Amino acid sequence: MKKLDPKVPEGRLADKWTDYKGTMNLVAPNNKRNIEVIVVGTGLAGASAAATLGELGYKVKVFTFHDSPRRAHSIAAQGGINAAKNYQNDGDSIYRLFYDTIKGGDYRSREANVHRLAEVSANIIDQCVAQGVPFAREYGGLLANRSFGGVQVSRTFYARGQTGQQLLIGAYQALSRQVATGQVELHTRHEMLDLVLEEGKARGIITRNLVTGEIERHAAHCVVLGTGGYGNVFYLSTNAMGCNVTAAWRAVKKGALMANPCYTQIHPTCIPVSGSYQSKLTLMSESLRNDGRVWVPKKKSDVEAIRNGSLKAKDIAEEDRDYYLERRYPAFGNLVPRDVASRAAKQACDSGHGVNKTGLAVFLDFASAIQRYGKSEAFKHGITDPDQETILKYGEQVVEQKYGNLFEMYEKITGDDPYKTPMKIYPAVHYTMGGLWVDYNLETNVPGLFAIGECNFSDHGANRLGASALMQGLADGYFVLPYTIGQFLSHEIRVPKLKNDSPAFLEAEKAVVERIDGIFAVNGNKSVESFHRELGLIMWEYCGMSRNAEGLKKAQKLIQDLRAEFHRDVFIPGDKNEYNPELEKALRVADFMELGEVMVLDALNREESAGGHFREEYQTAEGEAMRNDEDFTHVAAWEWNEESGPIRHVEELQFENVELKVRSYK
Amino acid sequence: MKLTLQIWRQNGPQDKGKIENYQVDATEEMSFLEMLDVLNQQLIEEKKDPVAFDHDCREGICGACSMVINGRPHGPQKATTTCQLHMRHFKDGDTIVIEPFRANAFPVVKDLVVDRSAFDRIIQSGGYISVNTGQAPDGNDIPIEKGISATAFDAAACIGCGACVAACPNASAMLFTSAKVSHLALLPQGAVEGERRAQSMVAQMDKEGFGFCSNTGACEIECPKEISISNIARLNRQYLKSSIASSEINE
Repeated sequence: MKKLDPKVPEGRLADKWTDYKGTMNLVAPNNKRNIEVIVVGTGLAGASAAATLGELGYKVKVFTFHDSPRRAHSIAAQGGINAAKNYQNDGDSIYRLFYDTIKGGDYRSREANVHRLAEVSANIIDQCVAQGVPFAREYGGLLANRSFGGVQVSRTFYARGQTGQQLLIGAYQALSRQVATGQVELHTRHEMLDLVLEEGKARGIITRNLVTGEIERHAAHCVVLGTGGYGNVFYLSTNAMGCNVTAAWRAVKKGALMANPCYTQIHPTCIPVSGSYQSKLTLMSESLRNDGRVWVPKKKSDVEAIRNGSLKAKDIAEEDRDYYLERRYPAFGNLVPRDVASRAAKQACDSGHGVNKTGLAVFLDFASAIQRYGKSEAFKHGITDPDQETILKYGEQVVEQKYGNLFEMYEKITGDDPYKTPMKIYPAVHYTMGGLWVDYNLETNVPGLFAIGECNFSDHGANRLGASALMQGLADGYFVLPYTIGQFLSHEIRVPKLKNDSPAFLEAEKAVVERIDGIFAVNGNKSVESFHRELGLIMWEYCGMSRNAEGLKKAQKLIQDLRAEFHRDVFIPGDKNEYNPELEKALRVADFMELGEVMVLDALNREESAGGHFREEYQTAEGEAMRNDEDFTHVAAWEWNEESGPIRHVEELQFENVELKVRSYK
Repeated sequence: MKLTLQIWRQNGPQDKGKIENYQVDATEEMSFLEMLDVLNQQLIEEKKDPVAFDHDCREGICGACSMVINGRPHGPQKATTTCQLHMRHFKDGDTIVIEPFRANAFPVVKDLVVDRSAFDRIIQSGGYISVNTGQAPDGNDIPIEKGISATAFDAAACIGCGACVAACPNASAMLFTSAKVSHLALLPQGAVEGERRAQSMVAQMDKEGFGFCSNTGACEIECPKEISISNIARLNRQYLKSSIASSEINE
């Protein structure tokens, strides 16, 4: 077993980052000019890192498989971004954001990293405002905040329901500015297919030009991966169609460790599956839970009537509704963290109370909010005794202002009007807390290979709180990596420009070409899509919202069989030397299958329930998750080993500032 | 529902390209792209070349999807991207014509996939605020009137899909360019370099080979994010002002 050194600096928790920053190695401007950095991915983490490194004077090469950096999936984040600004004077602080994140993560993240995240959170808001991000504002012209799932303060900054879009455009524009100066070289429609090591250090990547099919070798002094999460291993998820694990997985195959892959976040409020052709699931922002109330009918007869269309939700009497989150978790009600809300929805549906044809949906109801807002708005207009019509008019106006675009999106997809009838929602795979293992410097165990944003594992433990993904992506890219990368690069200033024709590069290139040729050579009968769907079903069934040892063992076997079948029977049309999306997918799905096996193994080995990882064997009598701090207060980091099978390494988590408690939202 | 699809097939920018006919079975709940997925699965099973199209988020925000459906960019529904268009808006027996976004500045990569990197270059020419990481003052130091912030947002909502160009008889990129100029110029942080920005972005737009704006308003009608042509008016004012005020501004 490898000894994993997180390289957390000494000192008081609150001083670590400041002291460390003040004493870390720097690279002088004249040396920065000669140092090249490869950044893969242009989401919030990748784009902000590439832009900032360019501003600092490094020569940056940035890669994306999209046609433009602006299309990265960060763009789809709806709800908001947290920051410990305490603009609302409600008692927020760096410590409180740190504490909430640690607790929300079910005590499975690294204290020092999370505290640093909370510290730099405030800078992110300042930076984004300066870039022109149009955050929501109050009438006085100052920034507005709202509260978000799992916390009791209002620290979430937002830009309508399009916060991710506006933040990404900010980062994309900062990146574009560096591209214009020549400081950053932009490669679009290029996919990383391998990592190249020289003497154990990450020195470059092999890419495929997705338009021409050309395989290219790119060298640099170090490599930064900001390539997102692996939620698409489930096939159906809220991720974009192109999201994949290939860059990270290729790094794993070159020796990087995959940490806590079993920690996947199932988002409670997504539009339910409607048919077998379904290609992806659409998230409805968690902010909806601020005003929406989740419920299912108490009586089975009502459930039946709803399913066959003979009864409408609004005709079910108040006393016949089970607002199960409010009932079970009175302290947080509908605002419990995502893992808790998702599991509760599953339990409601498993017990036969699901409200659509498939039985896999619960109501998210805005009727109370419309009434409440309608009355208060009518009062503001001087109407003290409003009739129903007036209340509805004003109430719907307020709800439209807050959630208009989300309601519109819902109506487009389902054909139902959520102002008049409750939404139907169900949990879906949304985010992966696991990722490449990194130390305090965000460097993986492979020297010179860094991982930022969702691609790494470091900050969210076993469960991520709402509005924290955007925060982490930008914290890593703008304010952490640009500093910590110097710890590695300051030792590399004597290394001349790296050549891309060394034996290591040629060998890696050859391996990629062989991998592509091999996959074409199968020339079987089944489409890539059909394999991916099958893999997704296995993962969802056995490694989804709840897991047990028996199911996980079964899944191991099923995935192995599927993998074997894939390499025996997959069919890819067209040619490798052209624009060929089927080939792209095939390479990604092949990697997902290997990852899937490691996820299942990780879930099997973690004999406790923590955050997004719920093992049925480890629960209380009331069905709440039961951690095992004695044996599992650690990070499990997996090494890929073709001969022996994956090897589990461990980083013990030290909690010096926070007492481990049962995470209760009751 | 049974549909006939007439789809533009073009194997690379040099190929002449042609319309081909396909039959597909769809259901009302499917999205338009899921209907195309079904067609592609069918083609792959027959060992034929699937139809290439750009797509990613499938929730109307990444701006990747780009096709002209029955003569209209992103199809018949108002304020809807192709990926958000659902088959309930079509009926059994319909014939649907699907073509790429057409413009000189958007060369075809394959079938319905076009190269929109010209948009990136327009942004690179000045579509940003010149601030380095770490230079920002506190977020609340500069209050911004709620209405102005909202108008800036309306412009910033552009997803860079290119429907405006595809809709325009001149293939002009004025709506795209003006949306960025407006977004930034309306905010105090961006107003500082507003005139320089207008000049250089317009110059780049012309260089890319987009046509001139002749105020047909087609862009606004087809824009899936309902970006208003009042942004074009705002750009014109900025541009004119900066042209008159100082001819050295870009030097």
